[in-house]
Amino acid sequence: MLSLTSVSAGYGSFQALFGVSLEVPQGEAVGVIGPNGAGKTTLMRVISGLIPLREGAVTLDGQPVGGLPAHRMVEQGIAHVPENRRLFARLSVEDNLRIGAYVPQARRRFTEQLAWVYGLFPRLKDRREQAAGTLSGGEQQMCAIGRALMSKPKLLLMDEPSAGLAPLVVAQVFELVQRIRAEGLTVLIVEQNVQQVLDVVDRAYLLEVGSIKLAGSSAEFKENSFIRRSYMGL
Amino acid sequence: MDPYLIEAIINGILLGGVLALLALGLNLIFGVIDVVWIAYADIVMCGMYVIYFLYVEYGIPLPLTCLMAIASIAALGVVVHLLIIAPVLNSAPINQLLATGGLLFFLQSFATLLFGTDFRNIGVRLPVLEIATLYISFSRLIAFAVGLIGAVALYLFLKRTYIGTAIRAIAQDREIVGLMGVDQRRIYLVTSAIGGALAGLAACLLALQYDVHPHIGNTFGPVIFMICVLGGLGNMIGGFIASFIISQIIAIGGYYANTELSYVLAFTFFIVLMFVRPRGIFAR
Ligand SMILES: Nc1ncnc2c1ncn2[C@@H]1O[C@H](COP(=O)(O)OP(=O)(O)OP(=O)(O)O)[C@@H](O)[C@H]1O
Ligand SMILES: [Mg+2]
Repeated sequence: MLSLTSVSAGYGSFQALFGVSLEVPQGEAVGVIGPNGAGKTTLMRVISGLIPLREGAVTLDGQPVGGLPAHRMVEQGIAHVPENRRLFARLSVEDNLRIGAYVPQARRRFTEQLAWVYGLFPRLKDRREQAAGTLSGGEQQMCAIGRALMSKPKLLLMDEPSAGLAPLVVAQVFELVQRIRAEGLTVLIVEQNVQQVLDVVDRAYLLEVGSIKLAGSSAEFKENSFIRRSYMGL
Repeated sequence: MDPYLIEAIINGILLGGVLALLALGLNLIFGVIDVVWIAYADIVMCGMYVIYFLYVEYGIPLPLTCLMAIASIAALGVVVHLLIIAPVLNSAPINQLLATGGLLFFLQSFATLLFGTDFRNIGVRLPVLEIATLYISFSRLIAFAVGLIGAVALYLFLKRTYIGTAIRAIAQDREIVGLMGVDQRRIYLVTSAIGGALAGLAACLLALQYDVHPHIGNTFGPVIFMICVLGGLGNMIGGFIASFIISQIIAIGGYYANTELSYVLAFTFFIVLMFVRPRGIFAR
């Protein structure tokens, strides 16, 4: 479904990604792991069009989409749950969800999408009138994921959805990822909780200083001694 | 109580309606685009000239004139954004101030060049209402009512529509709205058009009460900035409330002393409050 070929990107004179190639097949969940500053967020941002593509190609269902601005990427079916959630803190929960359905194809199905998201996250329904900034960390993450789902995406990008959450809530977030997969969505997820993410993805990539160092199935990653030592503390 | 004092208070409330409209426009633009339109009052001045010429020179009926003025000033708002704001959107704030400040001088000089410094009046004389022992100017009453209707309409637009929600969201996080499918440049244009339309509407209301001349913006421009800063720049509700506080100070000051002194009073109040609450009375 999503395919990156030799993608490079950066900020000003600083290059953060060096020729990254990656595949996310239809219906699968793929994880990207790597140390702080490896370029994981940059990778997500270049896919969703928040920063320009410098070199290489991005295709979605065979169509070239590389270099489109973010608002056009959403129309193509890519939704991005950004690092640190980035909710509109002073807007209500429901307004956050409403803006998630901004693109024309999503507006038409607003009512059913909203019912679907409230079905996935009943807590959000209870708090629909509340300012999003007053939610607990776990609820905010639900709201951020719900907001992304409102656009009825084909591909969901998630950047460290478990960051900053209590262990119990982290487990809930990974449960959620599985439920979203069960709904038929394709997922690309960046995580620092390596052990837990490998339990929910089919395949994984290791990104270090802007390059892919390792690719394989999640089973291969779990058995790889380097991954076990450096990223799972085993 | 002295009926003249009651009249002054009522007039203060009525004046607040128009000021609130302008404070809303300025705050909306600042909140969304993060640029202060220094020349906002002068854009209102342009609207008053449009009304004067359409109504007096071309004899177009007043309601139609008003609609045309609102539409043309909305268009002017878009032009100002495209020509002046968009190129300096990512520049230092001082450059943005210089650009919109430059527009102020440009508009005032251009109006002087075209129309001279004559004071022009559209010559619409609306009745003065006599309620009990009070005299209330009908044109002020209309200005107040229309000002409030404009504010409510804006509120509903921002609350109930997708574009309105995008406008409120972009004021909080201008990058992430892109991930929602919002084209920021388009929202900036819509916001500039709304800001212009509000200025055009205010021009209609002011043209009923005041003569137009190239420097009329100087008489109320500073007051609007004071109101916006007092309410907290970008805080629309704060600006709305501050409009009525300032208009009361001006009106009651005018009753006890005179209009000039009442402006001095209002600015003194402003300066003192800026020391006490530098981020506006309603800062969180
Ligand atoms: N806006 C920016 N301007 C300049 N450099 C940046 C910017 N954002 C990130 N970088 C740099 O790009 C590199 C990759 O950053 P990125 O945020 O993609 O890392 P990451 O893998 O997501 O890290 P983390 O695990 O801490 O989230 C880092 O060296 C970072 O300092
Ligand atoms: Mg990151």
